[in-house]
Amino acid sequence: MINTIWLIFFLAGFAAAAISGRVDVITTSTLKASEKAVTIAIGMISVIAFWLGLMRLMEKSGLTLVLARVLRPVVRLLFREIPPNHPANGAIVLNLSANLLGLGNAATPLGLKAMQHLQDLNREPGRASPSMCTLLALNTSSLTIVPTTVLALRAASGALDPADIVGTTLVATAASTLIAVLCDRVARYLSFRRPGR
Amino acid sequence: MIELVQSVSRWILPVLIVFVPVFAAARGVRVFEAFVEGAGEGFEVAVKILPYMVAMLVAVTLFQDSGAMDMLLRGVAPIFKALGIPSEILPMALVRPLSGSGSLAISASLMEAYGPDSLIGRMASTIQGSTDTTFFIITVYFGSVGVRDARYSLPVGLIADLAGFIAAVWITQAVFGA
Repeated sequence: MINTIWLIFFLAGFAAAAISGRVDVITTSTLKASEKAVTIAIGMISVIAFWLGLMRLMEKSGLTLVLARVLRPVVRLLFREIPPNHPANGAIVLNLSANLLGLGNAATPLGLKAMQHLQDLNREPGRASPSMCTLLALNTSSLTIVPTTVLALRAASGALDPADIVGTTLVATAASTLIAVLCDRVARYLSFRRPGR
Repeated sequence: MIELVQSVSRWILPVLIVFVPVFAAARGVRVFEAFVEGAGEGFEVAVKILPYMVAMLVAVTLFQDSGAMDMLLRGVAPIFKALGIPSEILPMALVRPLSGSGSLAISASLMEAYGPDSLIGRMASTIQGSTDTTFFIITVYFGSVGVRDARYSLPVGLIADLAGFIAAVWITQAVFGA
């Protein structure tokens, strides 16, 4: 799936550039994009390093276990195959909480930590495990109570009440998360019945 | 309400950043050493993400810069019109799963053009806030642990994006529509 889409982006891009007679765009924008990708990835080191440091403190002090215990029912419901006392539980809880609060900067490093823990449990390291797919589904649909970036943007553009979209956002984010979880369950069930998918 | 929301989002991170080390120290953790140990993994994680990021960003940028995106927009515009969805919001729907900064830029320009308190401005805000950038999340999360086979994650993420978009359009029209 991802291979096909990737290729389609290239082919469609080439075709569109050729039609409008600007094939040179292909060369310039691939170079520009690679450069930007490196800048983003390297730029992420700072935030990731800081939050992984803080995460280690949360793990060593037992804070993640406390949190994991509080939110255990939710995590157990969605991630049945993770052993109850595995550190993945705590990391998942922290990642989901950061998403809820709209702390994008914190959510990504915490999610990456959760992925690492899930990878330890993964029997086929090159292939996403069902739990990894579930964590991903929850993050792409990102259940948010406080959409901080949008609030900042609305405040900056002079909205009378920047937060008046919190309610509508909550409805939309709940819908997307609900569908994400349902689709994930269905896909999990189908791939279980047809191994190899 | 807004003051509460704003002060919660202003205070939560600072409090958390101070609370965690204090709590850890109280539990007998050698805080400085543990922090450094954890932070040391940051570089490795970012370097692992890098090739995935290059692959994804090049494809997405090529698609946008070549004009293929605009052609797709023009192609699906009639369908949106038929469904009663304002066509101004169309770029948001297509860019949101591909690029977080791209869709943020589009919502900023829509708010500039129509005003943040217009229906379009509120719709764009709701779409921006309700889902995350599916392609970016897959790239970064799976890339960081070297998972190349994403299995069914992409279709699941895109269907959820579509659901979020439809819900956002519907609810903003219901709440803020004339």
